[in-house]
Amino acid sequence: MELFRSHVLVCGGTGCTSSGCQKIIAKLDEQLEKHQLEKEVKVIKTGCFGLCEAGPIIVTYPEGAFYSRVEEKDVERITEEHLLKGRIVTDLLYKDAVIDGEIKSVDEVEFYKRQQRVALRNCGVINPESLEEYIAFDGYKALGKVLTEMKPEDVIDVIKRSGLRGRGGGGFPSGLKWDFTAKAEGDQKYVACNADEGDPGAFMDRSVLEGDPHVIVEAMAIAGYAVGADMGYVYIRAEYPIAVDRLDIAIKEARKAGLLGKNIFGTGFNFDMEIRLGAGAFVCGEETALINSIEGKRGMPRPRPPFPAVKGIWNKPTLLNNVETYANVPQIILNGADWFAGIGTEKSKGTKVFALGGKINNTGLVEIPMGTTLKEVIYDIGGGIPNGKAFKAVQTGGPSGGCIPADHLDTPIDYDNLIALGSMMGSGGMIVMDEDNCMVDIARFFLDFTVEESCGKCTPCREGTKRMLEILDRITEGKGELSDLDKLESLSKTIKTASLCGLGQTAPNPVLSTLHYFRHEYEAHVNDKKCPAGVCQELLQYVVIPELCKKCGICAKKCPVSCIDGVKGKEVYIIRQEDCVKCGACLEACPFKAIKKG
Amino acid sequence: MKTISVTINGKKLQVPENYTIIEAAKEIGIDIPALCYDPNLDKVGACRICVVEVEGARNLMAACTTPITEGMVISTESKNAVETRKEILRLLLDNHPNDCLVCNKAGECKLQEYAFKYDVKFRQHDGERRQAKVDNTNPYIHRDDSKCVLCGKCVRTCNKVEDRKVLSFGERGFETHIVADYDNLMADSSCVSCARCLAVCPVGALMDARTMGKARVWETTTEDVKCTVCEYGCDFELLKKNGKVYAVRAKSPVEGRPLCLKGRLSVDLTYNEEVQVPYVKKDGKFVEATWEEALGLGKLLSKLGK
Repeated sequence: MELFRSHVLVCGGTGCTSSGCQKIIAKLDEQLEKHQLEKEVKVIKTGCFGLCEAGPIIVTYPEGAFYSRVEEKDVERITEEHLLKGRIVTDLLYKDAVIDGEIKSVDEVEFYKRQQRVALRNCGVINPESLEEYIAFDGYKALGKVLTEMKPEDVIDVIKRSGLRGRGGGGFPSGLKWDFTAKAEGDQKYVACNADEGDPGAFMDRSVLEGDPHVIVEAMAIAGYAVGADMGYVYIRAEYPIAVDRLDIAIKEARKAGLLGKNIFGTGFNFDMEIRLGAGAFVCGEETALINSIEGKRGMPRPRPPFPAVKGIWNKPTLLNNVETYANVPQIILNGADWFAGIGTEKSKGTKVFALGGKINNTGLVEIPMGTTLKEVIYDIGGGIPNGKAFKAVQTGGPSGGCIPADHLDTPIDYDNLIALGSMMGSGGMIVMDEDNCMVDIARFFLDFTVEESCGKCTPCREGTKRMLEILDRITEGKGELSDLDKLESLSKTIKTASLCGLGQTAPNPVLSTLHYFRHEYEAHVNDKKCPAGVCQELLQYVVIPELCKKCGICAKKCPVSCIDGVKGKEVYIIRQEDCVKCGACLEACPFKAIKKG
Repeated sequence: MKTISVTINGKKLQVPENYTIIEAAKEIGIDIPALCYDPNLDKVGACRICVVEVEGARNLMAACTTPITEGMVISTESKNAVETRKEILRLLLDNHPNDCLVCNKAGECKLQEYAFKYDVKFRQHDGERRQAKVDNTNPYIHRDDSKCVLCGKCVRTCNKVEDRKVLSFGERGFETHIVADYDNLMADSSCVSCARCLAVCPVGALMDARTMGKARVWETTTEDVKCTVCEYGCDFELLKKNGKVYAVRAKSPVEGRPLCLKGRLSVDLTYNEEVQVPYVKKDGKFVEATWEEALGLGKLLSKLGK
């Protein structure tokens, strides 16, 4: 085995790939060759580090030096100074990795310090395309343990006692689901993995598949043993090409090594798996629509019961879990149910991965123990709101969730608390909004998404969400009436209570939660025809403040539709409202702050 | 079959354990409104008109797909269920042309029946509506997509016959509509005009083109007859106005009965006193034909010397 004195980990997640990590790896290889360091320093392309905002990211070991926003031109210095001469290039380190002149290793950085990585433990640590590296980090040890030391019912018992709940959104106790599938009658059973992550801004499942694909292979084989299935399907979005590639490599490598296929570990247990590509319909993340899609049918939900555990893929009992749920399984097997149940809150055990986005400094992926407060995630880990703006709300649960205002920031995050606040855990999207976000516009955005993604099968969701969107459009255009708010509430109730699937039943949540917490904003739109956050174009007015206008004419020059009249040096300028397209160019151009928006 | 006990609208009854709520309710004469439900077809729970209140359940339950359980307490007309049903009907009417005065389906349209029952009216709105897209390219089938409520019965019944499977759903969300093959016109599709879809459509989206404008439902009396073209013996109705047969209509194709154009034309020719000229498809186009041609009798007749 080759030994290296230094390991250079380069993030190869989707974020860092788009910001150019491939070029950086090529440059590193070139530089290492130039300095004849190829035998001393090893470059490893890993999965996502989580701090996407600071990408491309390089971490070197043994020092744990955390370079961020690395550019191709920086590679020469990193190689010469750090890798050759052993001097860390301080000015290229991540901003929080140098505190009062002292260099902090990656684990000591505030962003990572408060996280606890279970599902993401190998992401950003190993080369996801290497079976050996996965094995070196205890990979397939849990499968070995399960097959050689445990009976299927023991495995289910461990999952049950661990308190693991579905990470895809619903939060159903996973152990129960495993138990139902195991007890269901059928000559053939399947396990399936839901990797059809579709919430806007959510990318945790993608990161697990890109950073640690073998964990899914291992967990599904364990699940197969527990429920009595010999075949698994991973339903994954075709829009995740890196994840698809790496999972495909993992499946092939595992098969080659005898970790998938016939007679695994010589125990007589057979298990194999296949990838099914989704075409990007949001509804296919709903379990019964996903099953239809796997069968080659139109992605429309089926009525439940029968539940997939009884009649799933091709009407056979099917265990369907989400990527992040599976990613926890090998660790639970290895460390025990009590270890996992020791993390988190009374009813929500373990950790949860969140994709932080919106108005937040540290955009990226974080994994925290359940029970961490929203405030800790947003301020301590997420670094707070940029540009000194005030926090307004945090949206969790994607199009099925709701907006939580500042008063509730001290709420410990768990399934039940978020539901009590009118939101939900969802798959883990967390979008932060500041004072510049209009809550009516946010509700409209999510509803627009739902209308676009409704499968069209059931009446309340198909017709109802469309009408709700039309009302919201009206309100944001200043044509709303107070009775529209009642109509929204009434439609919401019908859609929630009568829709066929979970997507319809939760579709009104973004509207209901904003109506509940930010009703005054709706009322301002409807009664005063004003958008307090200054977002809704139709309700905006740009006006020149006569006392401040210096008659310079710069605004008129900048106006793209020539709707500002005045005489340079003589007359105060006036904006013709009927022609104004509300682009804001005048506001930006005025050197005297003589134009106001409102 | 084991029976279990349930309570529906305060009335306790014993029903076979494999019943759904809608089937159990039928036992005591309670007709739960439903557009997408058909005992002969797969249950899909799409229209949601049949939602009822079940004690202890978080949401309203679709009566057509929810299996009964021991001791279940169901209210089919609770305030919540009725309000929700009315709102769903209102949503359907919001997206339906207000032309019941001239619609051939008036009088036997399920949407009309339920709107009447629950006193739900058309209302003015500026929102989007389904596109009015009448397809009368098939001389036997009058298709009006603007009236479709997307119950999907036509798709399910069409898909029951293995080598047909012409109809399916196209697009999604508000844009969802029923498509023939690759969203072709009926004449350009592989449809064989068997009329299964006409027999199940609860509204005026799919109607028999040969009955259009002939009579109102309330002027019509019917008489049941059986087709004798093949051993299936499909059920037909003779539609009569003033005692005269003006059209024939295929009844719902129950299990094992395929329905076919030849059978329908035979019944038509046998009984209809105002029979219209038949059409056959030649080189992909519908053309007028003789009855010998339409019924494929040419060789037989010449052999019989007629």
